[in-house]
Amino acid sequence: MILIIVAGPPSSGKTSVIRQIIRHFISEKKITYLKIDVVQAFEDEELKKEFGIPTRKVYSGDLCPDHTGIMVLEDAITWAENEEADILIFESAGLCLRCTPYTTQSLGICVISSISGVNAPLKMAPMVALADIAVVTKTDLISQAEKEVFRECIEKVTNTTEIIETNALEGTGLRYLMRRINEAPTLAKGDKVLLRGSPPLGVCTICVGKKEIGWQHHFGVVRPLDGADNIYRGD
Amino acid sequence: MTIIHEITVLPGINKQGEREEFIPIIIRPGDCLSIVGPTGSGKTAFINDIEVFAQGDTATKRIVLVNGEVPDEMLVRDPAQKPIAMITQNTKCFADLTVNDFLIMHIKARGLSDASIVDRVISVANGFTGEYVTPEMRVTSLSGGQTRALLISDALVIGNKPIILLDEIENAGIFKEKVISCLKNNKRAVIFVTHDPYVALLSERRIVMKNGAVTKVIEPGPSEEAALFEIRRMDECLHSLRERIRSGEQILGIA
Ligand SMILES: Nc1nc2c(ncn2[C@@H]2O[C@H](COP(=O)(O)OP(=O)(O)OP(=O)(O)O)[C@@H](O)[C@H]2O)c(=O)[nH]1
Ligand SMILES: Nc1ncnc2c1ncn2[C@@H]1O[C@H](COP(=O)(O)OP(=O)(O)OP(=O)(O)O)[C@@H](O)[C@H]1O
Ligand SMILES: [Mg+2]
Ligand SMILES: [Mg+2]
Repeated sequence: MILIIVAGPPSSGKTSVIRQIIRHFISEKKITYLKIDVVQAFEDEELKKEFGIPTRKVYSGDLCPDHTGIMVLEDAITWAENEEADILIFESAGLCLRCTPYTTQSLGICVISSISGVNAPLKMAPMVALADIAVVTKTDLISQAEKEVFRECIEKVTNTTEIIETNALEGTGLRYLMRRINEAPTLAKGDKVLLRGSPPLGVCTICVGKKEIGWQHHFGVVRPLDGADNIYRGD
Repeated sequence: MTIIHEITVLPGINKQGEREEFIPIIIRPGDCLSIVGPTGSGKTAFINDIEVFAQGDTATKRIVLVNGEVPDEMLVRDPAQKPIAMITQNTKCFADLTVNDFLIMHIKARGLSDASIVDRVISVANGFTGEYVTPEMRVTSLSGGQTRALLISDALVIGNKPIILLDEIENAGIFKEKVISCLKNNKRAVIFVTHDPYVALLSERRIVMKNGAVTKVIEPGPSEEAALFEIRRMDECLHSLRERIRSGEQILGIA
């Protein structure tokens, strides 16, 4: 089975890209789909209705959505295997741009909108840099000049991620994405799957529910206003 | 860099999935083609096919060849090698930068270093529009016409693209015939989608679309010259009328 992990900020076009992937492979491959979101998601119902494929969703609620994704991924793989799927597509909620949900033995796709500003790739550097492919959407709305400038901004962040530009509504330019999926590593039953990146430092006392402000009231990774530079820098 | 001698568009299918019937369309440097047809007939889809070098993988199933062959992957994917720039119906600038910084970023992305190019881009753009673009303006606050004028000029001067695709430039309020003659003079192939009779007759070849398919390719030669002359007169008349209305005149006669 091929595991495809799709990350990217809200409304960047993740589902639109996934729709093109499903459309392209549906006649030859059995596809399953899992969406992680915080409070609301409709993609699972829409895609099930449109393509008749098994889909699921998980709400993370008060938990970090990437944390939730990591918790449920192994069960999801088992579910997809039981469905005898050739492909499992995992759509993240894409809220925390620090985390990267990509794993080993998967194809990691970062979907990023070309109209999100020239600094966007830098702001979500880990999510872009640890992906195998960055799909740049909404290029129908921008000029060739801006496409080139945006590409340059991604290349400043990483030169190992393949860049594919598309109008995800029409699926233009995605032939190179489909080729990468055809060549993607497969996941064998019982394989040990690990996160690619190093996760942010935790456990965060605020996440656990302590409400006091001020570092004196917390433990673990703390910092005062003065005298502490970047305590921790990510990937 | 590959020198583009010709681009060939091979027939695909219409919206019902039936084969479209046309002799392969060959486009060479300096050619000027217009695409006409009712709304929704597939004009934008046609130039999109050219822009992405379709290989039977778009809705229309058309195939686009470069110099008679399937184009090399780098020609399609490397922006510096790609021979095509498209100015779409929706093209806007989203980068929160001044015109000057935007152009400099593009010049750098292209690995060029001559900063005087910026002035050249702006002066060419200002030949296309009545409302001047200046280097310190923010690209996000340019009008539709200014944006397109700037982007066409950018594609010509910085991008140095041999093929330029324009989708309905007449809606943008720029000097359309100046754009077309400037691109022609610079030996670019220009392919434009238009609903404007004057612009349509300015091309040497007219591709007629219907129901997602090319139904006709007209090469009028000198046969439309008289009509073109008449339309140019009408267009000038409308142009001066437009200017008078814009300047606040009350229109009591159109002479
Ligand atoms: N013009 C244009 N619109 C696009 C493109 N890709 C996505 N959209 C639109 O952008 C909006 C968001 O797209 P989605 O695919 O739902 O984005 P998403 O990343 O799945 O969003 P969430 O899962 O809600 O975070 C929709 O209205 C799409 O129609 C594109 O390439 N061009
Ligand atoms: N041969 C085809 N097969 C299937 N779908 C097609 C075909 N040609 C065009 N379409 C689809 O039809 C829709 C309308 O086409 P398009 O946008 O190209 O029309 P248009 O002529 O540019 O219209 P307008 O004048 O309104 O801009 C698009 O969604 C396009 O993808
Ligand atoms: Mg989605
Ligand atoms: Mg159109």
